[in-house]
Amino acid sequence: MREAKLTVGPVLFNWRPEVWRDFYFRLADEAPVDTVHLGEVVCSKRQPFFAPHLPEVMDRLTAAGKEVVLSSLALVMSERERDAMRALALDAGDLLVEANDLAIAADLAGRPHMIGPFVNVYNEGTLGYLAGRGARRICLPAELPLETLTILAAEDKAEIEVQSFGRLPLALSARCYHARSHNLHKDGCQYVCGQDLDGMAVDTMDGLAFLTVNGTQTMSSRYANLLGELGDLRKAGIHRFRLWPQSGDMVAVAGLFRRVLDGALDAKEAAGRLADLVPPDVEFANGYVHGREGHAFVA
Amino acid sequence: MAASQSPVELVCPAGTPAALRAAIDAGADCVYLGFRDETNARNFPGLNFSREELAEGVAYAHARGGRVYVAINTFPRAGHPEIWHRAVDDAARLGVDAVILADLGLCDYAARKHPDLRLHLSVQASASSAEAIRFYHEAFGIRRAVLPRVLTVSEIAGLGAAVPVEMEVFVFGGLCVMAEGRCALSSYATGKSPNMNGACSPASHVRYIEKGDKVVSQLGGFTINTFGAGEPAGYPTLCKGRFEANGRLNYLFEEPTSLNTLSILPEMIAAGVRAFKIEGRQRGRAYVANVVRSFRQAVDAIARGETPPDMALEDITEGGRQTAGAYERSWR
Repeated sequence: MREAKLTVGPVLFNWRPEVWRDFYFRLADEAPVDTVHLGEVVCSKRQPFFAPHLPEVMDRLTAAGKEVVLSSLALVMSERERDAMRALALDAGDLLVEANDLAIAADLAGRPHMIGPFVNVYNEGTLGYLAGRGARRICLPAELPLETLTILAAEDKAEIEVQSFGRLPLALSARCYHARSHNLHKDGCQYVCGQDLDGMAVDTMDGLAFLTVNGTQTMSSRYANLLGELGDLRKAGIHRFRLWPQSGDMVAVAGLFRRVLDGALDAKEAAGRLADLVPPDVEFANGYVHGREGHAFVA
Repeated sequence: MAASQSPVELVCPAGTPAALRAAIDAGADCVYLGFRDETNARNFPGLNFSREELAEGVAYAHARGGRVYVAINTFPRAGHPEIWHRAVDDAARLGVDAVILADLGLCDYAARKHPDLRLHLSVQASASSAEAIRFYHEAFGIRRAVLPRVLTVSEIAGLGAAVPVEMEVFVFGGLCVMAEGRCALSSYATGKSPNMNGACSPASHVRYIEKGDKVVSQLGGFTINTFGAGEPAGYPTLCKGRFEANGRLNYLFEEPTSLNTLSILPEMIAAGVRAFKIEGRQRGRAYVANVVRSFRQAVDAIARGETPPDMALEDITEGGRQTAGAYERSWR
């Protein structure tokens, strides 16, 4: 069987630049992962804050033998955002760029690149089309069941990556709900999204944890946890797994996934230890892979 | 009423053959509709068209100078592309005037298999920039893009100058607050999504529960809203619910409200918009006739250089409330 690889996706939250930098430094130094994504996916207003740290973070990761992938913005609208995407594609050099909006697709055509989970790849027709234009790796949208993942992996036209840990990205908007919840407007948001390291909790009226707001993005409240599905996914031909950064100990999280993939740790035991690595009120979900509601957890 | 000489096209919803006839009779330039299956984004029980009904609808519209667009705008299920391919093939065979597509692979199929079929890019494709729209045009010959409801009028004007395709925008009806085609909220709660099943917040997963003098509306077991005695209990569309965040209970994403752009139609035309789309394939023919007639009057008035008349559409909008949504920057 092909060697299993672990990817750490881009930080989706608005972390302070030093926190952001130190998070990646620690991944470079300690995390048993193969690939690390950098770049702002959710809100282009955040990019300037951590941009000064990008070169040193890239150097540190590369020196540690990690593959660095540059992730693009997921909803490209303004002139400034369009220019930034063009520059990202042109300046990436040998680095793989992950397209999260087709705005950047034309600039990446004909050279190896990656398609991110914010571009809709649901079937073999789309997979084949994108692979033909140079897509080498595709991280699939969250809502796909194992049956679909299996069919797409069997096409063997691009490496398939599956979102396996952390809050799941569910929706994007032009409106900033973080700002709205503080009675602010997106243009004068005061960057209130930075107050919530793992996003802002959205509960139902009867107090049930439901969703999470991260600026213009809406995510699940529950953390994806596919530790128990890794075996089935690998049998289905999927060998690359994405961990979404959360504020907890991601080095330890990656270590659990790595050891289960290596057969050095039982998935059930790993799941128990994973529960100790996330906030006590956070529950897990794996429903999508089982063809169920995304919030469901199938034991 | 024959289709007009107006500079913009009025594209109207037809969930049933009766609604199609009502829309054409009320002055629609075009109707859009879907097949009775998972290939379209309004896959609701009792709605949509069989192949025979489509053939009759095309004949009815064409005889009156109208056009028919078929929405095949869900994302084909892996392993079963033939269901979506057949929908495109049948639409072409039955002489429709355009198909409205969202999936890249399906665009590719339609462009190769039916080079003469007019392709429109569905709002579900979420093409929100000139680069994305140009990509679909260059790759598949897309002739028109239905713009996602995330852009302001001034951004639409900028787009118009930069893309070689016609622009169609939503002007009335239900309002997605998320970027269309990129929202999995419904499947997170219910397992059914617009992209995969053609259904958002499906009725099969809705429950209304009486608790004392209150009515609680739920979707997939999650409480979406609560209504007091005598208050009409609205449908629990996930993004129009009341939730608690940052210590406050309110409509975090959007109030139960409808899009109404009557007042900014002239600005839309000035921005280069070629077609106005009315949402509501799930609506009955009386509603469709009412809205189409109002917009027909407005568009014709603008074409004559007059100010569109004031029209009372409040009574048919959701919760009686209206918004111009993302078309105005302050919405963000």
